[in-house]
Amino acid sequence: MYALRFLTATAALVAACLLTGCGTQPRSVKAASSVKPDKERHPAPEFALKDADGKTVRLEEYKGKVVLLDFFATWCGPCKIEIPWFMEWERKNKDKGFSVLGVSMDDEGWEVVKPFLADLKVNYRVVIGNDSTAQLYGGVDALPTTFLIDRNGKIAAVHIGLASKKAFEDGIEQLLQAPGGIIKDADASRGMFLPAFTLRTSTK
Amino acid sequence: MQVKIPVLVKEGYHVNSNKPNEEYLIPLKLTWTSLGALEGGTVMYPKAALEKYEFSEQPLSVYTGNFELMASFKVAANAPAGPGAATGKLRYQACSNRACYPPKTVDITVPYQVQ
Repeated sequence: MYALRFLTATAALVAACLLTGCGTQPRSVKAASSVKPDKERHPAPEFALKDADGKTVRLEEYKGKVVLLDFFATWCGPCKIEIPWFMEWERKNKDKGFSVLGVSMDDEGWEVVKPFLADLKVNYRVVIGNDSTAQLYGGVDALPTTFLIDRNGKIAAVHIGLASKKAFEDGIEQLLQAPGGIIKDADASRGMFLPAFTLRTSTK
Repeated sequence: MQVKIPVLVKEGYHVNSNKPNEEYLIPLKLTWTSLGALEGGTVMYPKAALEKYEFSEQPLSVYTGNFELMASFKVAANAPAGPGAATGKLRYQACSNRACYPPKTVDITVPYQVQ
């Protein structure tokens, strides 16, 4: 009969250092009761993503708009708190030059995202993101991570983790009231910067 | 024989238990990829805590801090004498009170010696 001796030291070492979000401390919400001054803003990085329907949405659709770019996932509880807020603002502000764009970071893609969007009755555009997209935006390890992009295509605020509704509202309001307005086609040719990313989206 | 696999979750984080009480949450799960000369490998998970977080309406079934998984093995009848290792993968998904992090998988190795 065989005798068995287990050596568990390796298992202990491997397991003991693992279960974190990889940060040294939990990330907190960036205090963003207002948006950054214009001169401190950087252009929102370009990216191109696929959607479930093959529809391509180009940047031109966002010219002159304030955009709320939300990186989320279906398995993310805090994301589910914020999404109804975004739906409300999409409904309330879409005629003022405001759009929400969701970027799902689910590895399983539309198979899980479509039912999720249908269940929540999401009323704004959503694309499927990937690691490359996340890297462009600084890693986006913590979800939700949400960027407020001004009418000039520059990042005016970043919220990492569940943010306060008021912080979002204040930022959106400031950006909507900022000079600039919606650019007409003729204006765009005069050199106003807009990041030329291309998106493919799915609605609902 | 039973093997304890200690796990430490950093302070300020939690991981979903093996049986989260919300369908959308990703459970902690240890899966053996190779048992070597062993058989079995049934994993027993500890009792989870029910914790309320800012983002959850209901308390969630989670693990925090230190906990142990227990795996049960027996030696295969034809197992040769000598060293070996059972290997597996532990999948988990961690959150803090305000943010969640992508699911990750780590390798687990249990060395053994058959005599």
